[in-house]
Amino acid sequence: MKRIFPMPIHSLMLTLVWLLLNGWSYGQLFLGLFLGLMIPIVAYPYVRGHTSVKKPLAMLVYLLLLLWDIVVANVDVARRILMPNKHLKPGWIAYPLSLQEDFPATVLASSISLTPGTVSVEFAEDMSCLYIHVLHLDNETSLKAFIAKRYEQPLKEIFGC
Amino acid sequence: MSDLTTVAMTDYLVALLVLIGASFMLIGSWGLVKLPDFFTRLHAPTKASTLGIGATLIGSLIWFSVQQGSVHIHELVISIFLFLTAPVSAYMMGKAALHRHRPMITGTKNVKLAEKAARREGLKKPD
Repeated sequence: MKRIFPMPIHSLMLTLVWLLLNGWSYGQLFLGLFLGLMIPIVAYPYVRGHTSVKKPLAMLVYLLLLLWDIVVANVDVARRILMPNKHLKPGWIAYPLSLQEDFPATVLASSISLTPGTVSVEFAEDMSCLYIHVLHLDNETSLKAFIAKRYEQPLKEIFGC
Repeated sequence: MSDLTTVAMTDYLVALLVLIGASFMLIGSWGLVKLPDFFTRLHAPTKASTLGIGATLIGSLIWFSVQQGSVHIHELVISIFLFLTAPVSAYMMGKAALHRHRPMITGTKNVKLAEKAARREGLKKPD
């Protein structure tokens, strides 16, 4: 069973997304089921051993929060683009990382890239910190505290690590 | 069965969403041209454009859902894919620029950190 359906939830979601994109018909359902069966078999070796979501509800709350932050970040970046360049104070920060697992760290880096004027650029080799480029760096310590409290702490709970 | 006021309401709502989307995309593209160096330019398309495309897609979703009387979910799926891929491409471009030592504008804070990050060797092979 594990060999044929290594990731049952992913199989179901792939089929569902296929049907959402292509519309309902028995032919599409067959094709969707085929893809939902084959893709996890091919992809499973790459994700084996990844940390999984322990609290789906907390993940949903996190995603809604992130969506709101994306809107706020967008308005903020748009404002900075419209202001003259001389007001811009770009900078780098090294964010001390306490998440060590690959998948949660990826989610954190992506969240950081999508929100308040920050783009994650590189991980330190020993995963001790994440290098982030900031469009407008005012207060380094408060930015680090903000990321820790708003993104890293919830992610730790969600992935249970 | 929709009466005149709901049709007018959706028209205004869709128009508003499309306008918001278009303005954000315009600002994002303007930022890409106007910002001073590679790393600051990276911010414009990852942020301003995601919201722009998101708003346009939601407008399209509402419009076609009302027009055809059934929920159109394509656009929602597209925006989810967009939000998943935008940070990854930004990360890859930023990383490439960092290791190729693209110049940063003078006045960039903590350039030392960037130099330290750029000295990092290639990824270790997973075991």
